[in-house]
Amino acid sequence: MTMRPDPTFYASPKLAMEAPPENFAYTLLLSPDFSKPDALAVIDVKPGSPSYSRIVHTVTMPNKGDEFHHFGWNACSSALSPLAGHAFLERRYLIIPGIRSSRIYVVDTKPDPTQAKIHKIIEPEEIFRKTGYSRPHTVHCGPEGIYVSTLGGAGKDGTEGTPGVFIMDCGSFEVLGRWELDRGPQKLHYDFWWNLPRDYMVTSEWALPPQFEKGIVPEDLLANKYGHHVHFWDLRARRNVQTIDLGANHQMALEVRPAHDPVREYGFLGVVVDTTNLEGSIWTWWRENGSFHIEKTATIPPEPAPKEQLPPLLQGFGAVPPLITDIDLSMDDRFLYVSCWGTGEMRQYDVSDPRKPKLAGSVHIGGIARRTPHPNGKAYAGGPQMVEISRDGKRVYWTNSLYSTWDDQFYPAGVPGAEVMATVGANGGLELAKDYWISFPDGYRAHQIRLDGGDCSTDSFCYPSV
Amino acid sequence: MSGAGWTTFSLWLAVIASGLYHGANPGMGWPLAVSAGLMERRPRALVAALLPLLAGHLLAMLAVILPFALLVTLVEWQRPIQLGASLLVIGFGLFRLVNRRHPRALARIPPTQLGLWSFAVAIAHGAGLMLVPIYLGLCGEADRGHAAAESLIGKDVCVAALVSVVHAAAMIAAGGLLAWLAYRYLGLKFVSRSWFNLEASWAASLILVGTVALVLSLVG
Repeated sequence: MTMRPDPTFYASPKLAMEAPPENFAYTLLLSPDFSKPDALAVIDVKPGSPSYSRIVHTVTMPNKGDEFHHFGWNACSSALSPLAGHAFLERRYLIIPGIRSSRIYVVDTKPDPTQAKIHKIIEPEEIFRKTGYSRPHTVHCGPEGIYVSTLGGAGKDGTEGTPGVFIMDCGSFEVLGRWELDRGPQKLHYDFWWNLPRDYMVTSEWALPPQFEKGIVPEDLLANKYGHHVHFWDLRARRNVQTIDLGANHQMALEVRPAHDPVREYGFLGVVVDTTNLEGSIWTWWRENGSFHIEKTATIPPEPAPKEQLPPLLQGFGAVPPLITDIDLSMDDRFLYVSCWGTGEMRQYDVSDPRKPKLAGSVHIGGIARRTPHPNGKAYAGGPQMVEISRDGKRVYWTNSLYSTWDDQFYPAGVPGAEVMATVGANGGLELAKDYWISFPDGYRAHQIRLDGGDCSTDSFCYPSV
Repeated sequence: MSGAGWTTFSLWLAVIASGLYHGANPGMGWPLAVSAGLMERRPRALVAALLPLLAGHLLAMLAVILPFALLVTLVEWQRPIQLGASLLVIGFGLFRLVNRRHPRALARIPPTQLGLWSFAVAIAHGAGLMLVPIYLGLCGEADRGHAAAESLIGKDVCVAALVSVVHAAAMIAAGGLLAWLAYRYLGLKFVSRSWFNLEASWAASLILVGTVALVLSLVG
């Protein structure tokens, strides 16, 4: 506990944007064949620094086969609400779940990111025993502590019982138990986020572990058996209040991105693929008169490609689906970034009018058929995937791996880890920075990125921007 | 002023000072009024949030002090009651010193129930207990020997209500002023700038108030 609130807690999104820019990017590394322990890379992103665009520290885990995916901070700007009662936490610990092992690492980033080290390891058995959940995924800090979503229930293959969210103590990192009191019709899980003053949570659906751990199951996808619902919850009452079916053809509703400004009661959701036409889609949800609504507000078409450029999985279709695997919203709620992992494109939509996204910028890099190299000439395997935006909205970072077994199906030649950055024009537009290129140690792939001092998919706010 | 007059005066000052202290602490809720005002973009929403904060705090004071108002009518037990109350306050202060965690149950209270939250946070932090020794001091200053029990009960309850009201008024005056300054002039940066970790000094305040009362009741 500190004597004053952490200077990286910002009351409003506007104050977060005005704060000093990030100096370090934390990136998760995974060993796709589980031959090496997964790791956390600390990257210098301070322009002008002698080690700019290089890994300056690596925290290697003591186990193999964790499969790192998403992670999050122990505390963020949400602590500045008196309702939470923990204003004197520090943004200090990274909570890193292993999506395959169900183990959680707590990494201490103080006194300096270049000395980050493991603080605590929560073994899978503790999570199984206390929650009945497995495969921990998204991490957010909020009123009751640290919230972690999971993809699996109990049992060896995670299908005994429904996956959900559990809570960890934000001081001791003890697993406390399930969050839900009444899950309603919710059966699958993926991402979640909320509006704290308005007191609601939104959750999305990917699939159960047998549908993803050994690779995508094409029969299940074509039978529309992946997730296609979005759920709205009363956050403090821990109760499902509304479930909306997007239509069974809208397979895999993944990232949930509410507007950062809590006065805005809307947000976005990315859907990976429409099984009727291979489109990817962006959906806008909003709350009006107490109930939630959602509609498809942007679509991205597949791109035809000759059979010889396609992996066996896609050869029957003769086209590359865009595969919207991640979306991220800038702190001012103006630009929505959309990763098209299949076609190899990062799109930037102006969402000032949230139900009418306008394409404002785009860069191509990688892609199943296009295989666009980086402007520095290097080959970029995979496509744009996990994306993170600087608080000031001027820099957009992304990596290239989706998930070990899925990478191999869509990019059989392999997806060596890479991280790039694009700069954003004052009125939109994206341009890849020639001098920013992170190549990771051999045999590692790269997944989610977190920025020191907070980023656009970490912090939630209790006060509006004024 | 006589010696007793001075004591009464300083006890009332302590009632007001503790109110200002509670109200100025962001942890007691004034930033929630700033948020409410900004969310609705009108000052009326700020005032509307201050009212339940005030009501919750006032009820928390009454809930703790009123039982003591009934107890102190037992004149012959006056000293043991004062000793017991002092020890209770010291004990709670020591507990807060060791366990500075905010009870997680409070985070379950929805933002729409600010009155309940304000009541619960005041109880959980012993805000009412801090007033008990002061209140007992005020009761002790009155000439009690010759009054009939019924009139004493009425008088003690009145003093208890007055102590709670004056304290809560001071609390909301301080909190309301800071909320208004942040809302109108100083901006949201003031929310984090004005926030100091008072958990230790809060616990110390409880121990201090309890100890002073203990010493006074032993020598008095």
